[in-house]
Amino acid sequence: MEKMVFEETELRLGLPGNNKKKNNEKKRGFSETESETESDENNNSDETSNTTVDLLLNLSSPKKEANKNNNNNGVVAENHSSPNNNKEKNLLPSDPAKPPAKAQVVGWPPVRSYRKNMFAVQKSSTEESQKNEKNNNNGNGNGSFVKVSMDGAPYLRKVDLKNYNSYPQLSDALGKMFSSFTIGSCESEGMKDFFMNERALMDLLNNSDYVPTYEDKDGDWMLVGDVPWEMFVESCKRLRIMKGKEAIGLAPRAMEKCKNRS
Amino acid sequence: MECCNKRRMMKESPESNFMNRRGSSCFPDEVLERVIGMLKSRKDRSSVSLVCKEWYNAERWSRRNVFIGNCYSVSPEILTRRFPNIRSVTLKGKPRFSDFNLVPANWGADIHFWLVVFAEKYPFLEELRLKRMTVTDESLKFLARSFPNFKAISLQNCDGFSTDGLAAIAADCKNLTELDIQENVIDDKNDNWLTCFPESFTSLEVLNFSILHNDVNFDALEKLVTRCKSLKTLKLNKSITLEQLQRLLFRAPQLCELGTGSFSQELTTQQYTELEGAFSNCKNLNTLSGLWVVTPQYLPVLYPACANLTFLNFSYAPLDSDDIAKLLVHCANIRRLWVVDTIEDKGLEAVGTHCPLLEELRVFPADPFAEGDARGVTDSGFIAVSQGCRNLHYVLYFCRHMTNAAVATVVQNCPDFTHFRLCIMNPGQPDYRTSEPMDEAFGAVVKTCSKLQRLAISGLLTDLTFEYIGKYAKNLETLSVAFAGSSDWGMQCVLEGCPKLRKLEIRDCPFGNAALLSGLEKYESMRSLWMSDCKVTMNGCRLLAKEMPRLNVEVIKEDGSDDSQAERVYVYRSVAGPRRDAPPFVLTL
Repeated sequence: MEKMVFEETELRLGLPGNNKKKNNEKKRGFSETESETESDENNNSDETSNTTVDLLLNLSSPKKEANKNNNNNGVVAENHSSPNNNKEKNLLPSDPAKPPAKAQVVGWPPVRSYRKNMFAVQKSSTEESQKNEKNNNNGNGNGSFVKVSMDGAPYLRKVDLKNYNSYPQLSDALGKMFSSFTIGSCESEGMKDFFMNERALMDLLNNSDYVPTYEDKDGDWMLVGDVPWEMFVESCKRLRIMKGKEAIGLAPRAMEKCKNRS
Repeated sequence: MECCNKRRMMKESPESNFMNRRGSSCFPDEVLERVIGMLKSRKDRSSVSLVCKEWYNAERWSRRNVFIGNCYSVSPEILTRRFPNIRSVTLKGKPRFSDFNLVPANWGADIHFWLVVFAEKYPFLEELRLKRMTVTDESLKFLARSFPNFKAISLQNCDGFSTDGLAAIAADCKNLTELDIQENVIDDKNDNWLTCFPESFTSLEVLNFSILHNDVNFDALEKLVTRCKSLKTLKLNKSITLEQLQRLLFRAPQLCELGTGSFSQELTTQQYTELEGAFSNCKNLNTLSGLWVVTPQYLPVLYPACANLTFLNFSYAPLDSDDIAKLLVHCANIRRLWVVDTIEDKGLEAVGTHCPLLEELRVFPADPFAEGDARGVTDSGFIAVSQGCRNLHYVLYFCRHMTNAAVATVVQNCPDFTHFRLCIMNPGQPDYRTSEPMDEAFGAVVKTCSKLQRLAISGLLTDLTFEYIGKYAKNLETLSVAFAGSSDWGMQCVLEGCPKLRKLEIRDCPFGNAALLSGLEKYESMRSLWMSDCKVTMNGCRLLAKEMPRLNVEVIKEDGSDDSQAERVYVYRSVAGPRRDAPPFVLTL
């Protein structure tokens, strides 16, 4: 009952890939109130090959996980026999040629932030790394408040990005913030088989309700979800939840790659 | 016997009256205190204090060090009332999962109020060791001016301060011997805090500023190192170049522990030779760490110093298997080795071959979030190490998949594990050869390693793992669980079966109220319980709080989440009652 109501008011962020992904989107929200039966049973192994333009913010439970392997090893048969594998998936945007990225769960693997940053830093240039570290450290203790606007909403909100550790958490918070403003049905007729081509993407974007975007330090408007979370927090100046149609101008990585391939 | 005779003989004397009045103890307080004062072990002191009132008092007056594993389990008032003469305090604050962002900022564990009480009750305080506490610059400044005898400060995984605080310590702690800043969240203001050590200051023995990322004033550092002749531990930060390192080593050949700076710079032949010479001059070096940004062709300068090394911390140096193999040839005495998984299985084979005395191995992931087929270490590397290093008793191993058979082989080779922490980085990952759960792996661990004190489990695990743990892990004190188990029964097995359990931390497991409440009797004998993203509800927590008033049952509420669920629960025993400083998102039930 609760679940139903929630679906109607659900803010769908992102590009619904296909039916399966739509089901994912449904799952966004209070993970605890949703029954576990709404599991990945709809997500068969096709999903793994359909990689995807899904945004991370794609409506999955803020806590979960997503090990694609779960589908493949047949363990996730019943809800109760396996641990939280039934929770929805978070899908990172990824190169269609590679297997889908494993989603990031908060605080997993249990590697301290300091250590995580060490290697990310070593990969980039020293100068940039020093700049990043400095920003990270200076940011601590101060809020990272950014304005959030949603197309059609009467007023803006502000969120402190430091309160969140991952895209799903942010997505969830935004969804709750703006749930009262969502209009239109959340159930669009996606395509059963998702072919990674530009046209299909266009169609989907047209059908999609909302897309989260942000303005980065350079003043460019970017699609949320492409970069690692920490990098996003550093560079995000404001958020805008756009109507899908307007988001077509933004080029998701996959779309670019589509173009390259065809 | 003799003392009793003395009592009879001296019956008439005032002394004997005194002794008779004092009851069972025949020794004057001072003697008893002297004797008990020699006890160093916390456990012994604890036992001693339970014998009788005299011994309790002698113990509390003679105690100089105190260790508080959970800062909220006791208050500074209670502490100072019982132990009036403390010189050294060790405090741990936040739950361990705060290291992984599972505890919101501003949760608490602020040292300040403790310091205020200490300033009054322990004016002769010498040492403060903090882990996972919030420490502000104001607190550090307060500390620097409140304790004239202050000698040693060690901050690990703390947050809230900047280099301003360090400057205050440097300037005002005239007797400082130790400044150890490890893995903290610190605001490096790129100021010259090092210059704040006065010219007359020479007592430093331990200096660790490795986590700072800005340049330090090298001139001040070199002068400091030169005049502190007792310096034993020096851990530099990345900004220190190889050339600067050589100059420092030249000044301090007596060093026992060295953390290098960045290990990459264009060196001339002469500089290279000088650096090599500097290392061979350090005859006492037993610990080596740092080595950020390593240029592998400079590693040979370390070789002369390797023979005496017992602890090699390469956990920030992503070497490959060849580099590590060439180095380890010289490191036959290594007892503790921390590496990055870039060395891969081949590198671990080298470990097994060249380091037979190894007792502790930690393998960290270079890229924990790598997509697709990332490299790293696997089951075969694990086995290789266990074959060559039979003394291994501590392992922390990050890998992407594992097999039950490999773990069974490892513990067969090394049955003396006291700490077994296996992190299969994909949640719910089964045995990749058999596709079965990893239950048998951990079953083998607990069955074989009777001395096991600490266990961290991962991979696809059913209740069977927990049955094994409850049945066999009788010495287990710390258990870390994530994405595991099938039902409440799992957690119950552990709570009922592990008599020495002190710390239980659980995340993302299907354990609910029944499991939580099955430990009702148990939690008072434990330091703490952490459960996050399990199936515990607020009602379950309220029930626990009601039944066990001496426990603090705290729920961390996320904004806008379901009110009936208790997403993050932290339960711990306390004699101090509920927290007085809880932020609004922490509900004490």
